[in-house]
Amino acid sequence: MGRITLDKVTKSFGAVEVIPPLDLTIEDGEFAVFVGPSGCGKSTLLRLIAGLEDVSSGQIRIDSQDATAVPPAKRGLAMVFQSYALYPHMSVRKNIAFPLKMAKMDPAEITRRVEAAASVLNLTDYLDRRPGQLSGGQRQRVAIGRSIVREPAAFLFDEPLSNLDAALRVGMRLEISELHKRLATTMIYVTHDQVEAMTMADKIVVLQAGVIEQVGSPLELYRTPRNKFVAGFIGSPTMNFIEGPEAAKYNAHTVGIRPEHIDVSETEGPWSGVVGVSEHLGSDTFFHIHETGLAETITVRAGGEVGFNHGDRIHLTPREDVMHRFDAEGLRIE
Amino acid sequence: MATKASRSAARLMMAPAVVLLLGWMLVPLTMTIYFSFKKYLPLRGGDLGWVGFDNYARFLSSSSFWPSVQATLLIVGGVLAITVVFGVLLAMLLDQPMWGQGVVRILVIAPFFVMPTVSALVWKNMFMDPVNGLFAHLWKAVGAEPIAWLTEASLPSIIMIVSWQWLPFATLILLTAIQSLDSEQLEAAEMDGAPPLKRFGYIILPHLGRAITVVVLIQTIFLLSIFAEIFVTTQGSFGTKTLTYLIFQRVLESQNVGLGSAGGVYAIILANIVAIFLMRIVGKNLDA
Repeated sequence: MGRITLDKVTKSFGAVEVIPPLDLTIEDGEFAVFVGPSGCGKSTLLRLIAGLEDVSSGQIRIDSQDATAVPPAKRGLAMVFQSYALYPHMSVRKNIAFPLKMAKMDPAEITRRVEAAASVLNLTDYLDRRPGQLSGGQRQRVAIGRSIVREPAAFLFDEPLSNLDAALRVGMRLEISELHKRLATTMIYVTHDQVEAMTMADKIVVLQAGVIEQVGSPLELYRTPRNKFVAGFIGSPTMNFIEGPEAAKYNAHTVGIRPEHIDVSETEGPWSGVVGVSEHLGSDTFFHIHETGLAETITVRAGGEVGFNHGDRIHLTPREDVMHRFDAEGLRIE
Repeated sequence: MATKASRSAARLMMAPAVVLLLGWMLVPLTMTIYFSFKKYLPLRGGDLGWVGFDNYARFLSSSSFWPSVQATLLIVGGVLAITVVFGVLLAMLLDQPMWGQGVVRILVIAPFFVMPTVSALVWKNMFMDPVNGLFAHLWKAVGAEPIAWLTEASLPSIIMIVSWQWLPFATLILLTAIQSLDSEQLEAAEMDGAPPLKRFGYIILPHLGRAITVVVLIQTIFLLSIFAEIFVTTQGSFGTKTLTYLIFQRVLESQNVGLGSAGGVYAIILANIVAIFLMRIVGKNLDA
């Protein structure tokens, strides 16, 4: 079981309040992702849950038990660190066995659990190597192995994929998702990469400056962002924001339209502009359109085969049914 | 530095330094070996000709030889043990954030800048003097009989003085090593349920392994040849005569250069034996 509740939790470092009062519940078995730009307090929040930092006020409950003053080891949580934090002088086997050894478990049981974890993570052939002799992805798996042998109530991941190269990151993303499906244990995952958040999460928590901007499933956030910040943060490439008279036509201070919700045409459309840089990805093409009179640049997604040249003047048609409207404070207008 | 021309140029430019260093080492070594086979008494007839291995046999059969080897090893071992243990503890203390950290660090390092002769004199006269020393006052203050440190506990006294001098060095090296420890490793161990003592034993100490090796090896080199501390305190009496001091006495007090040179060759052999043992014990830490 692993239901984690934060009740009016705050954290200050000296006079600086990093996290103003914050309430959040993560249900048992949920894959929650904390996402936000760097310095938004998401790692601090994770460390508060882990017990590596003390909360300044408020309460943390794990399975309805008050865990605010419980030391990290007793909270029944396991953490995977950004640097993996493997013990360099111990073999993979000893690394994975370390938490069990600290719990004074029977050696036969330790061996059984380590071997089981190793076979799940494809590490059986590497058990006697040192972390220094492994690749980044293998180290990552050892770190995960070290956390799963304890059979924790919840896993905490602190940007675990940021040290891996792009291809490996996609692979590990799948592996972690698979692991979550199989173990059905609560996982809290911190990242600044909205793609990781969108692909893995059951529930995304978008943070900015320690404040929760919105909580919801990936598609909820994509379809109905509560404010401009969430709208700009979720989705890739970023949403286009248009202010001024064009927005006033829709009774809004700002309108937002995603690049994939704009149709392009050589001849007709209410907006027009000059093609700047085009990014050809094969499946899609992203055009950066200038001189529209609406915003500095408007990004547009078109099909893979659409070919406009640099400097062409083209026309754009936004799909009004999926346009987002925001008021002067940046809040969504329904 | 890849082309043939640049490589030979590099060799040419390194040559003077290499030749100088080689001469620096080879000339004294050759002269020591040369004199060790001679009967050479500067004030009593000068060079009296070749004597073969006579000097070696005499040095070895002298009643002071084995006690001096023992004293040398005791001092080296004692100082190493004290500096490493306290060095680790002090380094961990200094690694903690605290008020006045910079000043404290400089104060801790200060003893290393005091010349051995001076520090030995300070210890002898200010601390260990049985009448006026601070220790004597301390002992009297609690009603105990003051200890005549340098006569009653001469070897521990010298170990104490030398440890005081070398502790800063050990602390400094170990402090830099501790600072390079990834704090996430300690946090991971904390989450894994390791209490502070186990975190020290399983994470910090292994991490310091290499630095401790460096401290032990470098200190051994210098400790095998300590001289000033003995010269200004006990003058080699009360069981503090190290091999180095014995050689000094043979050459300068007995004016027997040949005998002293033979002792010098023994000192080289002893240093190598110690080095081999040390490399066996701690050298593997330097790999990887």
